[in-house]
Amino acid sequence: MKSIDELKMLRDEFNKNSKNDSRDNEIRIVVGMATCGISAGAKPVFDTLIKEVEEKRLNNVQVVQTGCIGMCTYEPIVEVYAPDEEKVTYTHVNADKAKKIVEEIEKKKQDDSIEKIPLMDSQFYKKQKRVALRNCGIIDPENINEYIAKDGYMGLGKALSMTPDEVIALMKNSGLRGRGGAGFPTGMKWSFAAPNKADQKYIICNADEGDPGAFMDRSVLEGDPHAVLEAMAIAGYAIGATKGFIYVRAEYPVAVKRLEIAIKQARELGLLGKNIFNSGFDFDIETRLGAGAFVCGEETALMQSIEGKRGMSRVKPPFPANKGLWGKPSVINNVETLANIPQIINGGAEWFRSFGTEKSPGTKVFALGGKITNTGLVEVPMGTTLREVIYDIGGGCPNGKKFKAVQTGGPSGGCLTKDHLDTPIEYETLMAVGSMMGSGGMIVMDEDNCMVDIARFFLDFTVDESCGKCTPCRVGTRRMLSILEKITAGEGTMEDLEELESLANSVKDSSLCGLGQTAPNPVLSTLKYFKDEYIAHVVDKKCPAKHCKALLTYEINKDKCTGCTLCARKCPVQCIDGTVKNPHVINKELCIKCGNCFSVCRFGAVEKN
Amino acid sequence: MQNEFVQSREKEFSELKEYIDSIKNSQGILMQTLQKAQDLFGYLPLEVQKFISEETNIPLADIYGVVTFYTQFTIEEKGRHKVGVCLGTACYVKGSQEVMDKLVEELGINVGQTTEDKLFTLEATRCLGCCGLAPVMTVDEDVYGNMDPKKVPEVIAKYKNQEVRA
Repeated sequence: MKSIDELKMLRDEFNKNSKNDSRDNEIRIVVGMATCGISAGAKPVFDTLIKEVEEKRLNNVQVVQTGCIGMCTYEPIVEVYAPDEEKVTYTHVNADKAKKIVEEIEKKKQDDSIEKIPLMDSQFYKKQKRVALRNCGIIDPENINEYIAKDGYMGLGKALSMTPDEVIALMKNSGLRGRGGAGFPTGMKWSFAAPNKADQKYIICNADEGDPGAFMDRSVLEGDPHAVLEAMAIAGYAIGATKGFIYVRAEYPVAVKRLEIAIKQARELGLLGKNIFNSGFDFDIETRLGAGAFVCGEETALMQSIEGKRGMSRVKPPFPANKGLWGKPSVINNVETLANIPQIINGGAEWFRSFGTEKSPGTKVFALGGKITNTGLVEVPMGTTLREVIYDIGGGCPNGKKFKAVQTGGPSGGCLTKDHLDTPIEYETLMAVGSMMGSGGMIVMDEDNCMVDIARFFLDFTVDESCGKCTPCRVGTRRMLSILEKITAGEGTMEDLEELESLANSVKDSSLCGLGQTAPNPVLSTLKYFKDEYIAHVVDKKCPAKHCKALLTYEINKDKCTGCTLCARKCPVQCIDGTVKNPHVINKELCIKCGNCFSVCRFGAVEKN
Repeated sequence: MQNEFVQSREKEFSELKEYIDSIKNSQGILMQTLQKAQDLFGYLPLEVQKFISEETNIPLADIYGVVTFYTQFTIEEKGRHKVGVCLGTACYVKGSQEVMDKLVEELGINVGQTTEDKLFTLEATRCLGCCGLAPVMTVDEDVYGNMDPKKVPEVIAKYKNQEVRA
């Protein structure tokens, strides 16, 4: 590839006769094959489709894999694009249904026995705006031509026709802020590294998505890996770096594989390597795998890990822009941040600012999970309210349960209540109410979730993941955890609550890096908004959500018990007495609260209190 | 350091040496080398760490420090099947702890341990990213979504039976 004109020719060649995402009048069947799709069983579906299409010799039908389509609840998902027709989305597909889908296409007749939904019309998509995810679930991530057909690498071509300063100015004007959580302006970050003189500078992509319950970055890497490569090359040109590293979690094998394929393809076409577009600019990328350490998402720890050391964070300054990887000036951007960049270069700062709010322009991807009807990957303009995301897009809590809290920002964020549902999603607004944007995990909890236990859960996580370098984080979080364990075991006192709060504030103020500074957030936010639940545990020795085992009692309702003896037979400690057809009784002294009787009773006679 | 282990795994050691030689000239090769070694041996006993130290000139103390820092590296041999329960937030709020408790009971081991017959190792995994299927458990590469503690014995039996047949 010698010039941008050559790239344009390739794009136009590929888009010839293309209509409604099906090319050359072909019918295009796409299968969602991101990790979530594959886990749900997309592989046999994909294989069946290919086999059936081959056997029926349907020459005008093309079967391709794609990344995350977004509606995890409906996986495996298959979509059919035909010229001049609306896209059809098939849900919960298995090998049998896959056969029927091919038959439908062959006979050109709709088979109503197969489950399908008008996805694009659904509320799920209506409120979304896809910028970072624009290609996810549409293109084949393992085929560079499909990316090029969607204006891929045009941003790089355009950037190379500008001066590096112009590229940085454009990024600054766009107002793009880091999507990894802290929200630092990306253009600013670049401008700090650009003037530093060095024989080598680095661009690092932070793909160490460690927040438990977040999968935005994985979806981008699996669905549109070239967008990340293109953005890294643009960033490299802007700051004068010729080498890039992608630090990706080892838990994401599919993402790693697709990145490797993408890098190879980009090198073959000369979109990575020496003298890109004949501009004299060289840039190449390598992947580096993590090994299961959450703290490596912190930039200084991440660089230590790439260098082959223990991933422990260090004091800043010096900032990576001055002294980063191997002591050289480096810029570290998160995956989602990068995925926005090619389009900002193409569309301009004004276009990007047309989404979102003044202080937080653009969109944000969230991994919506937990007690929510439509688990999935959603991308909304900044400024959308939590209510819109949870109710309009997510469909609220399933099984008629009452919404209790939403957790954003993972182990660094906080739990918000129904009173915060109308908060617009922006970096500052979430911070103001005691949570944070974070990388984009959004976990919904209902009335059955105990907030004290959730705080304990997150602390358990951070204690495990603290690198151990600074005392407040290493020891402080451990002490906080033991207080929380005491409370959930029913042995807490009011003094414990005071100590917990003061300890949380100390850890927050005195920890070395972001991990320790934010670790108390889940505790502080639940103490603030769910104090009554803490008090119930401490004073009344009750868990209002009926979750904490030590605070539960099981009792048999005499009126409902039919005397079927099932519970007595299933009790591991033989503490249920009673004879056939007579109400049974649980001996509370002996009961170990395993809950077996509760789950086996077919008459709802066992009551949890 | 010619002990039994080294002799019995000669093939793996020579493959590891080949790998190290192929990347020797780049920077920061320790993590990749350890990942490769764990792929080959299944774990990183002292003999393997010593070998890497000799081949790369990285002090053994540094290597041991890295191995023990990252949760994915292990210095103990694991069971034939790795059973994992996702304890990420999305799975946790949907009851993955109960699935874990059931596995602890069923296998008779605690998290991080291996059964006596070396068949199963039980692990708490970090978020696997398929939150739509929560709660999730895995056995090796197989993913079991929407898990219910009641389904645990059935899943484990499947792998036990495989061994009997094999």
